[in-house]
Amino acid sequence: MPETVIEAKGLIKKYGDLEAVAGIDLEVRAGEIFGFLGPNGAGKSTTISMLCTLLTPTAGVARVAGIDVVHDPAAVRQRIGLVFQDPSLDDQLTGRENLEFHAFVYSVPAQDRRRRIDEMLDLLQLADRAASQVKTYSGGMKRRLEIARGMLHQPQILFLDEPTLGLDPQTRKSIWTHLNELRSTKGVTIFMTTHYMDEAEYCDRIAIIDRGKIVALGTPEELKGLVGGDVVTITSTKPDAAESEIIKLLGVTPVRDNGSLRMEVPDGKAFVPRLVRELEAPVDTVSLRRPSLDDVFLKLTGRVIRDEEVSARDRNRAMASRWMGRRR
Amino acid sequence: MSVETASPPLMTVQAAPVDTRMASLRAIYIIWYRDILRYWRDRWRLVASLAQPLLFLLVFGSGLSSSLGGAFGRGTGISYIQFMYPGIIGMSILFSAIFGAMSIVWDREFGFLKEVLVAPIDRWAVAVGKALGGTTQAMIQGLILLVLAPFVGVKLSLLTVVELVPLAAVLAFGLASFGVAIASMMKSLQGFQVVMNFLMMPMFFLSGALFPLTNLPGWMTWLTRLDPASYGIDPIRRVVLSNSGLPNVNSLGLTINGQVLAIPMEAAIMLAFGAVLLGVAVVMFERRD
Repeated sequence: MPETVIEAKGLIKKYGDLEAVAGIDLEVRAGEIFGFLGPNGAGKSTTISMLCTLLTPTAGVARVAGIDVVHDPAAVRQRIGLVFQDPSLDDQLTGRENLEFHAFVYSVPAQDRRRRIDEMLDLLQLADRAASQVKTYSGGMKRRLEIARGMLHQPQILFLDEPTLGLDPQTRKSIWTHLNELRSTKGVTIFMTTHYMDEAEYCDRIAIIDRGKIVALGTPEELKGLVGGDVVTITSTKPDAAESEIIKLLGVTPVRDNGSLRMEVPDGKAFVPRLVRELEAPVDTVSLRRPSLDDVFLKLTGRVIRDEEVSARDRNRAMASRWMGRRR
Repeated sequence: MSVETASPPLMTVQAAPVDTRMASLRAIYIIWYRDILRYWRDRWRLVASLAQPLLFLLVFGSGLSSSLGGAFGRGTGISYIQFMYPGIIGMSILFSAIFGAMSIVWDREFGFLKEVLVAPIDRWAVAVGKALGGTTQAMIQGLILLVLAPFVGVKLSLLTVVELVPLAAVLAFGLASFGVAIASMMKSLQGFQVVMNFLMMPMFFLSGALFPLTNLPGWMTWLTRLDPASYGIDPIRRVVLSNSGLPNVNSLGLTINGQVLAIPMEAAIMLAFGAVLLGVAVVMFERRD
């Protein structure tokens, strides 16, 4: 089994009475892409900040790259790369100059500086724009430059806090391609937070966090296995009547979500015809699908991750980029 | 799902030992270099920051000269505009040193400070790098104004420039350290206007840039002697004007208890002020989470 590069035990962060992180245990192995998934305010950023030594834990232990984060934060920082949620580039400088600054403050040996900067610019496909000021970059390019910067001092672990937030779907996809490439060529371990369920599927393992606690941890397939079989969702003009009929006639307890009724059944293909036949309440739409991580989250917490605002913005951006061509 | 093994550190760390002293020096250098690069790139700011001194000299200086007539500087042979000119050099240094150092607040606002503060470098190096960046910008900004000397009837010599560089550096360093110290206590750009109105403007008015600090009301004499900029601007004026053949300027010099201070003494006071304020800035930086 590969060595453990991140280890946390009983990690707690309190702000007064508020427990932002309420006791987290986890282990991340070398070379993994580990996703930290949860809604806004679940404690994702607080946890990642403690692992990156930016916040001191109220209680508990965390070792990153074998080093205690409280005991020797500087040694931890030398061994990790960071990509923050908010932009942290100097947009008056060029892409190359931003990387040079980083190489200096992270003590990259002088004879390696140029070679490593060129290599990272190539890997993240920024070489042709390296001499332009960052203020002329698109959102996706800035993110790529931050990833290149985070990798410059050859960290064992790259931490990314919501790296794809606010990017259009195409750009999000390309960021993922790059992360996978970095993992395979550099062997770096990647620890990231996200609240996009579809993205979490790209991770090797996921921890689902809610209200400061890990509620499930495993591969995406394992987690989806927690939901029994298929997911059937119906909408009805009389949801209350439909709900009680389903419970009475079919022996399944549906979960209400935004006016629709969602249920887990072992064999969806056989269930749907029965449902339509036996229900007296009107059924407007029926959908049948394999479980997604949304369903897992709903099952574990009784809630869905809501990010309508973000999704609406994403849709607009996607539409805009379809009309205007790719920004470059 | 949970961590079951209560194991000790799970891997040995092959630490590539980094010489921390060298790391700090490198950090100071690159932080300084970034500031110079940005300063150089922002030509508009360079031009804009020359506009204000020019406005002061041309409008304020000429206007006041003509209303004062020969009443200024009784028997010293110094005209008001000649008196004011080194003061404007000082003003230029004052504003650019403080503004330059306070760019930390902008860095915080736009996120770049995070990149600096999470780096495995000592915090004191960040404060020192910023102070030196502000010092250099302010020095250049002040020394550029020497090109105006012929227009105000001040003769320049090589000696003037040679003597002026260290004095400009000392003034710039003191005020840049002051700027870093203020910036280290400010969380957002909101307090900026307050700093401008309640610190920088009084500092400028009381510094002797615009009028001699002699024969003032008692309370004002006190305030002018408490203004650190006074100790930086006076030696600049004495060097510029006396090398230009106006030796009587010393009679307008900064006094304490009626004694004119020696230039090295003034420089030492300015340097000490800068050192103390830089110390404050370092402590403030080390404290931040």
